[in-house]
Amino acid sequence: MRNRTGRATRQMTQGETMARAATKSPSRASSATSATKRSTRSTKTAKATADVPSNEALVGYYKQMLVIRRFEEKAGQLYGMGLIGGFCHLYIGQEAVVVGMQAAIGEGDTVVTSYRDHGHMLACGMEARGVMAELTGRIGGYSKGKGGSMHMFSREKNFFGGHGIVGAQVPIGTGLGFRHKYQKTDRVSLTYLGDGAVNQGQVYESFNMAALWKLPVIFIIENNKYGMGTSVQRAAAGPSLAERGHAYGIPGEEVDGMSVLAVKAAGEKAVKHCRAGKGPFILEMKTYRYRGHSMSDPAKYRTKEELNKMRQEHDPIDNLRRVLMEQGVAEDALKKVDREIKDLITDAADFAQQSPEPDPSELWTDILVDA
Amino acid sequence: MAVMTYADAAKTTLAEEMRRDPLVWCLGEDLGRGGVFGQYKGLPEEFGPQRISDAPISEAAILGAAVGAAMTGTRPVVEMRFADFALCAVDELVNQAAKARYMFGGQTKVPLVVREPMGMWRSSAAQHSQSLESWYTHIPGLVVVCPATPHDNRGLLKTAIRSDDPVVYMEHKNLWALEGEVPDGDPIPFGVARIARAGTDVTIVSWSATVHAATEAAESLASEGIEAEVIDLRTLWPWDKRAVFASVEKTGRLIVAHESVQVGGFGAEVAATVADALFGKLKAPVKRLGSPRVPIAYAPPLEDMLRVTPAKIAEMARTLVQQ
Repeated sequence: MRNRTGRATRQMTQGETMARAATKSPSRASSATSATKRSTRSTKTAKATADVPSNEALVGYYKQMLVIRRFEEKAGQLYGMGLIGGFCHLYIGQEAVVVGMQAAIGEGDTVVTSYRDHGHMLACGMEARGVMAELTGRIGGYSKGKGGSMHMFSREKNFFGGHGIVGAQVPIGTGLGFRHKYQKTDRVSLTYLGDGAVNQGQVYESFNMAALWKLPVIFIIENNKYGMGTSVQRAAAGPSLAERGHAYGIPGEEVDGMSVLAVKAAGEKAVKHCRAGKGPFILEMKTYRYRGHSMSDPAKYRTKEELNKMRQEHDPIDNLRRVLMEQGVAEDALKKVDREIKDLITDAADFAQQSPEPDPSELWTDILVDA
Repeated sequence: MAVMTYADAAKTTLAEEMRRDPLVWCLGEDLGRGGVFGQYKGLPEEFGPQRISDAPISEAAILGAAVGAAMTGTRPVVEMRFADFALCAVDELVNQAAKARYMFGGQTKVPLVVREPMGMWRSSAAQHSQSLESWYTHIPGLVVVCPATPHDNRGLLKTAIRSDDPVVYMEHKNLWALEGEVPDGDPIPFGVARIARAGTDVTIVSWSATVHAATEAAESLASEGIEAEVIDLRTLWPWDKRAVFASVEKTGRLIVAHESVQVGGFGAEVAATVADALFGKLKAPVKRLGSPRVPIAYAPPLEDMLRVTPAKIAEMARTLVQQ
């Protein structure tokens, strides 16, 4: 990849390795951890799983979530300083969703999402430097500064964007699933959408097509309760977004999206379903974003009390930190992780400010391949 | 030399490309029965339901899925049945397919052919007759192809399938049954116009079905001693400025004729470009001839009023030459 060779994002890579190792050899313990909740009617429940990952794997998830949290905090700061412009949608609060899902998949599985995408990219293993430099519009960014916050991509990490039109990534994810089946692989397409996108027509065209052709697509609805400023209760009819595939025979589950372990357990079940050739699966992640829809949104449509309650009682990172302490992981070890991440993010922010702006000639490149 | 219809020429190329490259596949409505105009006849039997995917009526999902499958290295050929229906998928075409390469900094490509049958087809009325090629020429990141002959439909489709860019491929519905000589199956490069008829007095630039009207006009003008040069652009983006400039430098007169609405049509782009580049060499004002800005009517007499006919083109040429 241009301009990004051999850079220091070792921490992320280690976290990724740990997560991968964890999915291969989960330690067998008996405590039930899943907080998935049964949705009504025919949708099925992600039953509490008996598998608790090893401490090493848990630390890996902790690390990945914290990378996203610190990255987004830094992005918010740089935005405030005028170094990042345009639209910038932060993922703070939702970290458990992508980290849990990444822990449930393997090499070659693909990811596509909309514009609240920084967390997805970092969880896919894309470098903090390249993502941050794209936010600052520099040549070292993943899209050479031509895409910005909403438009990044990495073939190498199987991340297919980064799309700015609500719901438009859903048919694309369906197509990724088509390709997995076409090429006779057992890979799956993780297709993320928000609670706002579920009211777009093309989502249902995609549900129908994916169910009709039994495509290996997991539609992950990140229900953070607000589509921009509109609460889901005011915008979405029906009792449960997990049931939105009911008419197409797509199984759906509601998942505690604030628990990385619940997400991972539900994700593994959905992945198994897809790999077995049974077609698509819907996971409704009950999650919460702490910040506004984008940087320009003061989020006056909800109360401070609601926000504080979520942060204090359901924060995905604090929750996992507690689990880690209970498992006997030393506080010093976690502090070391915190420091490493701080360094990683500082390095990314420095890089994002030092990387040059794109040359004017870049305006004319990458428009067409052939012409 | 083989004689083929416009529809069969495309089908022959598609089958050939699908045999050559297992990554080429088709997706669209009505493909299972061989296409709404029979332009896929026999292909479902030869290639099976996965490579000739008969899709639900879901244009946005079809095009979006094709974008995803294209970004992962397959080469989808999407059938939209009517250019009018493709408007349901414009978001996926304009916001996703056309932008992906640029906004992702060149990291991906979208090798995609979107077939959008266009144009008036007797009494198909306002929502099944439109020629919307100029819309797509306005969008950076798209290639726009409008073949006029069986030979071109064979060669240009081949280039489109092999292209790594999203190609809006607009076949004219009235040309499906047109027979013509197809000397070879070689790819025809984008951006190279065809001189449909050589002449010295006036240049008529056109594309798609209107090329035939222009040629007919030129024949009748010849009997009056006016030699018109007819240029078939073949592809609107990229378009062959060099061929048009060379012709207008010779004739000093230009008419751009197209079936689509004249206001904001691609003829305006050609006219402005020529007026700008060759101002001193023009013997007469640059003229455009397109449909009035009216929805396409159902009743044949009304529909006919919208057509750019050989008579209208010849009349305009006559006026220009007499100036």
